[in-house]
Amino acid sequence: MVKRGIEKIYLGLIILFLYAPILTLIVFSFNDSKSRAKWGGFTLKWYKNMLNDPLISKSLYYTLAIALLASVIATIIGTLAAIGIHVMRKKTKSLVLNVTYMPVLNPDIVTGISLMLFFVAVGLKLGFTSMLIAHITFNIPYVILNILPKLSSLNKFTYEAALDLGAHPMQAIWKVIIPEIMPNIITGFLLAFTLSLDDFVISYFTTGSGVTNLSITIYTMTRRGIKPEINALSTMLFLSVLILLLIINNRTEKQTKKLGGSNV
Amino acid sequence: MNRKWLASPYIIWMIIFIVVPLLMILYYAFTVKDVNGTRLTFEHMMKSFDSKYLASLGISFWYAIISTVICLILAYPLALILAKYSKGGSTIVFIFILPMWMNFLLRTYAWLSLLETNNGLINTILRALHLPVLDIIGTPKAIILGMIYNFLPFMVLPIYNSLAKIDKSIMEAAYDLGANDFKRLLKVTIPLSMPGVMSGITMVFMPAVTSFVIPNLLGSGKVNLIGNIIEQQFLMTYDWGFGSALSLVLMIIILISMAVMRRNDEDMEGGAGLW
Repeated sequence: MVKRGIEKIYLGLIILFLYAPILTLIVFSFNDSKSRAKWGGFTLKWYKNMLNDPLISKSLYYTLAIALLASVIATIIGTLAAIGIHVMRKKTKSLVLNVTYMPVLNPDIVTGISLMLFFVAVGLKLGFTSMLIAHITFNIPYVILNILPKLSSLNKFTYEAALDLGAHPMQAIWKVIIPEIMPNIITGFLLAFTLSLDDFVISYFTTGSGVTNLSITIYTMTRRGIKPEINALSTMLFLSVLILLLIINNRTEKQTKKLGGSNV
Repeated sequence: MNRKWLASPYIIWMIIFIVVPLLMILYYAFTVKDVNGTRLTFEHMMKSFDSKYLASLGISFWYAIISTVICLILAYPLALILAKYSKGGSTIVFIFILPMWMNFLLRTYAWLSLLETNNGLINTILRALHLPVLDIIGTPKAIILGMIYNFLPFMVLPIYNSLAKIDKSIMEAAYDLGANDFKRLLKVTIPLSMPGVMSGITMVFMPAVTSFVIPNLLGSGKVNLIGNIIEQQFLMTYDWGFGSALSLVLMIIILISMAVMRRNDEDMEGGAGLW
């Protein structure tokens, strides 16, 4: 019993450590004073004001636009790439995979700088396009690495059976392989989307001319003090992700229960 | 049509946006531009090994090692507890992933409000309890705290995953063969969770070594880690050649240490297991 108590206390302390800053942020998003130390009474004004601030609404727009575009494009290129890489000869495969691992293993700062040097060298003006290309580049490896393990666990004869039954290779891929790897494509897409949404370092080096995402805006604000509207916006984003995840969690749990039931 | 051609858009993308940019770093690190045009040089590389920069590289590694060790000490018992209680559902694990969906700059910045010496929340509580106040903003302690805070989930999740995979019958076998709880932990659980520990260590150590945001925010810019120096070369002093040389050194050190870690653990899944 004592052991169980100690374990619970330990778990509680770590959770407190992880959530203390988040709670502070949420509490201060309702604070009527601009100071981040004093409590000036309850207010909802930051929530009313948050989208009136041109800088904040512009950053929100760029963040969402880049995350959505980058994750969709990365998912398409990455899925095709994974199907192709899967059937490559061993040597080519390991070469391609080693390069694919580079953006995952390399520090973000190195990836960001290398892309910045490249964009400057080819004369692409730093801004929306360069940031989008950078995001696609660091997203694709995560999509590929999410799909490849699933491909190798598939029965390879189903694809051949489809061909024997007269399917065109494209049809066989579309109707046989894609449905089987769909869950992994979706996880890859979600992972890419979240990584893109939260990225700071690579965006920081590859953007320019007034194109900023939320992370960059927050970073610039930390020098002069964070606007309370940002706290309000982040609280809203955090709560929407929380609700979304709870819904997904609930649905998958129901599905597993259903599947479990039908198997018996 | 051969299926491998489906990878060709990616191969082209990869060459243009992964391989060529990395070669650009190499190019900038070994060339210098002056009135006579561009020529080969080793001066940037020599400068990287200047004692001032070596010291900063050393400090970066030292802080990253301390943070990684503390994360491991905190995370291992936690992962054991999680693996014990969350057999069916993933709700408890979910609690540890959730904070990562709040912008990390904001979370780190929130520590400033919590830790402020005069009217931060923690010190207000400490004062009310008549305990000595904490004055750590702008010191290495705050930077290490920020690193532990940001990277702890990256240590917890891989360890938890590898613990959850351990076959229960192995534990029962150890018990039947007369091992007590402590011996089981030492001889069965820990060795079997090593892949998780290894990927946890890389996933904490690597971002910790190269971070420049945490030292800027919590160290008030008083401590220059290697990441800060690289950032300054590109965005303040515009010495791209030297910045590239430093990035190259950092990249080589990290890739070598990853290769060594990987050799010790062939089937490491890296980040894949985390999600």
